[in-house]
Amino acid sequence: MSPGSRMPASSTTPAGAPAGPSTAPSSGPDRTVLGEADISRALTRIAHEVVERNRGAADVVLLGIPTRGVQLARRLAERLAQIEPSFDGEFGTLDVTMYRDDLRRQPTRAVGQTVLPGSLGGTVDDKVVVLVDDVLFSGRTIRAALDALNDLGRPRVVQLAALVDRGHRELPIRADYVGKNLPTSRTERVRVRLADVDGVPDSVVISPTASGSPSGPASDQDGGER
Amino acid sequence: MKHLLTTQGLAKDDAILLLDTAAQMAATQSRENKKLPTLRGRTVVNLFYEDSTRTRISFETAAKRLSADVINFSAKGSSVSKGESLKDTALTLHAMGADAVVVRHSASGAAHQLAHAGWLDAGVLNAGDGMHQHPTQALLDAFTIRRHLVGGVGHDGRGADTSAGADLAGLRVAIVGDVLHSRVARSNVYLLHTLGAEVTLVAPPTLVPVGVETWPCRVSYHLDKTLEQWQPDAVMMLRVQRERMSGGSGAFFPSPMEYSRKFGFDAHRLAVLPDHAVVLHPGPMNRGLEISAAAADHERSVIVEQVANGVAVRMAALYLLLSGEVSENTDERTAP
Repeated sequence: MSPGSRMPASSTTPAGAPAGPSTAPSSGPDRTVLGEADISRALTRIAHEVVERNRGAADVVLLGIPTRGVQLARRLAERLAQIEPSFDGEFGTLDVTMYRDDLRRQPTRAVGQTVLPGSLGGTVDDKVVVLVDDVLFSGRTIRAALDALNDLGRPRVVQLAALVDRGHRELPIRADYVGKNLPTSRTERVRVRLADVDGVPDSVVISPTASGSPSGPASDQDGGER
Repeated sequence: MKHLLTTQGLAKDDAILLLDTAAQMAATQSRENKKLPTLRGRTVVNLFYEDSTRTRISFETAAKRLSADVINFSAKGSSVSKGESLKDTALTLHAMGADAVVVRHSASGAAHQLAHAGWLDAGVLNAGDGMHQHPTQALLDAFTIRRHLVGGVGHDGRGADTSAGADLAGLRVAIVGDVLHSRVARSNVYLLHTLGAEVTLVAPPTLVPVGVETWPCRVSYHLDKTLEQWQPDAVMMLRVQRERMSGGSGAFFPSPMEYSRKFGFDAHRLAVLPDHAVVLHPGPMNRGLEISAAAADHERSVIVEQVANGVAVRMAALYLLLSGEVSENTDERTAP
């Protein structure tokens, strides 16, 4: 999915209405669980954890999963470069659309960009790849990402950083670095808003699904909305 | 999108989505492992009633790079030579569970008939029907033009393509040669117009079809005048289709030599063009007739790159037709 194509649609969903006391009885108010400062602190902590776990950032390659994972990877790369002067501040993007297991159950998705940092020479062989995504939910996006990564080479280690882990995994996948663990109900919707993607201040919001219908087990969407 | 039959009436957004998807597909084709798992388990049938090498191989390559199973069906040496109709062939393919049918046929409208007659529920891709349409060729031409003239990939075609989401607004494209018999010209006129480019057809009057005044383009009978005065950004040479010229090769122009003098593209005419201009040809080329060897092998000729881009464009078309199909159908059924 390309940043321009489906993003606006996700911000006009019914649950996007501002929270207030007058909300319909079937749907409770939206809860903002992380604000701008919380997200910033979480990313700084994750950057330190990455350096700590890997004893530096020499072979670390950050790959963001479109759309919001890319912006998070960019911010993580900035922080890593501040902590570790040897880190060059580069990051890449890894599009997983063509590796998804639900292509036949969803409307056609636009294919996003896969770009490796230029210094790699087109392969991730023997690198420490840190996948970066906004919300970890069913784990199916990450499974697709592991397949996509496999076609780009053989990394020494693959790690996963997620801004939010909301539980309800459907595959044996866990994150190495988590910004915030959010206990949620399956029917709730977790939305990540980032200033450089959505044009509104950074936030993570939980809202009840408007219709009350669960979004379904295969709905690990690649938007900021899960 | 369920079928890709024509570029006439193809929405601009869909055309740009196809080109953008093709750009991502092209990026995967420079990897060591070119194969993607995207269409695993789907079956693509190449149904070719006319001779074709490059289009069939291009579609076959595209389908295989997306992990689809490919079945090749050519009319020669098949049940068609025993008199089977298109309908019965289609019913057979339906019974075998084809998910997409790539069809080339000498009759204009064959692809449309196959898609809409209710014989098949597979997606239909038109790979050339008579003198009507050849949409993937036009898409790959537009993709090649966009990469070079909007995306700035440089003459060797290896630079970064920065044209994602862009159209071809303001570009001038001259389509030169046998317009009458050319489905490539018809497809390109409509697609390039949709994408915002200006098109001039250049051909001898005998090779301009009746009704061309309704097409969204201009017509010129003078190649030199068009090149000098109009200064096109891209020149697309068409093959002189001798096999469609009944009554011998002299039926539409006095002699091949005269055609070549007046409408053949050579290094001299190339020098008249602006420095950024590119030369295209859908192939196979008649060297020495519509294009000289010097022009065909010139660094501003992108003819070989067109072939590579053809695979990427066909991968994009197969992906967009096949990937979301099942849910689209269910959505229609469950919609209130």
